[in-house]
Amino acid sequence: MSFIENLVPLSIIICLGGGIACSAIKGHAARRLTIILLCAVTVMSACVLAYTLIIGHEFVYVMGRFPAPWGNELRAGCLEGLMALFFSIIMLLSIVGGIRGQNDDIAIDKMNLYFIMINLMMSSLLALVYTNDLFTAYVFVEINTMAACALIMIRNNGHTLVAATKYMIMSLLGSGLLLIGISMLYTITGQLLMPNIREAVSKLDASGEYAVPLTVVIGLISVALAIKSALYPFHSWLPEAYGYSTASSSAILSSLVSKGYIFLLIKIFYRVIGMDVMVDHKITNILFIFGIIGMIMGSVTAIRQSDIRHLIAYSSIAQIGYIYMGMGLGSTAGMVAALFHIMSHGATKSMLFIAQRGLVEVSRRSKNFSDLKGSGYRNKLAGFAFAVGAFSMVGVPLLSGFTSKVYFAEAAITAVHSKMWIAMITLAISTILNAIYFIRATISVYTPRNMDYRDPGYKPAQNSAISLVCFVVLNFFLGILSYPIAYTIQTGLKVFR
Amino acid sequence: MFGPNLFHNAFSLISVILFSIGFTALMLHRNLIKKIIGFNIMDTAVYLFLASKGYIEGRKAPIIVDNVQSVSAYINPIPAGLVLTGIVVSVSVTALMLSITIRLYERYHTLDIDEISLRSRKDSPGRSKYNKTVKDDDDEGDTA
Repeated sequence: MSFIENLVPLSIIICLGGGIACSAIKGHAARRLTIILLCAVTVMSACVLAYTLIIGHEFVYVMGRFPAPWGNELRAGCLEGLMALFFSIIMLLSIVGGIRGQNDDIAIDKMNLYFIMINLMMSSLLALVYTNDLFTAYVFVEINTMAACALIMIRNNGHTLVAATKYMIMSLLGSGLLLIGISMLYTITGQLLMPNIREAVSKLDASGEYAVPLTVVIGLISVALAIKSALYPFHSWLPEAYGYSTASSSAILSSLVSKGYIFLLIKIFYRVIGMDVMVDHKITNILFIFGIIGMIMGSVTAIRQSDIRHLIAYSSIAQIGYIYMGMGLGSTAGMVAALFHIMSHGATKSMLFIAQRGLVEVSRRSKNFSDLKGSGYRNKLAGFAFAVGAFSMVGVPLLSGFTSKVYFAEAAITAVHSKMWIAMITLAISTILNAIYFIRATISVYTPRNMDYRDPGYKPAQNSAISLVCFVVLNFFLGILSYPIAYTIQTGLKVFR
Repeated sequence: MFGPNLFHNAFSLISVILFSIGFTALMLHRNLIKKIIGFNIMDTAVYLFLASKGYIEGRKAPIIVDNVQSVSAYINPIPAGLVLTGIVVSVSVTALMLSITIRLYERYHTLDIDEISLRSRKDSPGRSKYNKTVKDDDDEGDTA
């Protein structure tokens, strides 16, 4: 066994350990420690990704050396490595970019608590990516939920408390459904490790035994994770949670938390139930329909917003719809597009949240578009990054959003006829709707007005400048050099069973 | 199809009914405390389901006494382990929910989630919520 295989559990454990260490040290030191740990995790994930690409197949890490049916396992292929690398990079950039926001929004004596939660969040995300055991996945889903709730309400005011409560209630509904789904799956298969369940499920599917419970289980698990990742009709908690928390939290919530759950659902699709069984049980069609509705409704609601953060939040609902639409196509091409969009949306949305913070700072702290006019001139880099993000979401060529739309369109063309038409038409409508609100937002950011709003002593934060530059580069990278990423996703999906 | 099967699976049936009660309470009740109670009922229903599935009549918990080592003498310990893990998770979530509820009650003096939501919106209409004293703990939201 190679040394690099140990990095998989190590990256989860150092984040957990970092969380404990943060409880003992003061705020700013906790932040420094967290950033160092995140850098380390990024390097580790990159090593895991490179290693899996070199050896060309996945590997399984057996926790505590207890063999298969008894022990707990972690599994890493190149798809898991890629996701872990991506999650850690976005987490790092979101933290660094939001440093001034954290200083403003979080009481200094509570700062270390924030970083405990960041560490917990990171370890739970990594565990969700790597775990090979369904019940472990449930436990880390819960840890993720609690950490996300704390990230929302660390900024102490009435809005965030209400947002956190709503988030918790919706999430708990999802958790309950997930728990009973996993329990039922356990009682009909007798296994908890993903490959073993897969074996048992394909036997059950072939013999026709327990057909109804299997359908129920598939429905329960899909709905549970759809609730948690804010698919359209379950999105009610999202705008407030993204709209009022501190900028780093919003970036992390929108680009990592919901994506972690979606990745878990994809994992369950492929590795627990099996994609063919999923398609047979028609759950992909249901996800497809809700994804389509989400794409339209999210954008339509976003057009009506006059508050920049609510606009970005509602646009997230539309983008989640895109991802579920890709998954609902039921083909490998659709799944590749969905996974690519997870990354593209993650990179763009976190950039938008960090950039809007820079714009709001120079607009007398108002998030309203009438005050934000001209902020693109008052804070040039934030304005530029916001424009890049907005164009990427609309789908302007060279940017990541364009590439993922191309992948969606390619996947839709090869899909069944009825789905092809619906998907193509909705893609077109949704692109126009995206353009309406994002172009309008960009224009109002660059309308030269309110030039006196900038405080004379104001200087843009250096940290956020660094992180915004990285985000812009990442966006162009995903847009122009998308082939290696898509190739990695494809090879990862091939061995994803 | 109902009949002896239903009788054998009585515990599953009860747990599903309990689960639905808890789920509905968590989703539809306006009172936060009742929501939390609903959540606990929901989780307990899952534990009942797991425990009843793990129990085999006439067998014992897998602790070896009197050197009986035959597999057929004991039940499978994994469902019980899952229940324990689930209890830990639900206790911590309940604690978190209760602490949020306390904070909300201190701020808004009510437990009705709709009322709280309404008051929080009324507190700070439009842009006035972005004053520069965000660091202060009680800068906004106090209706008293």
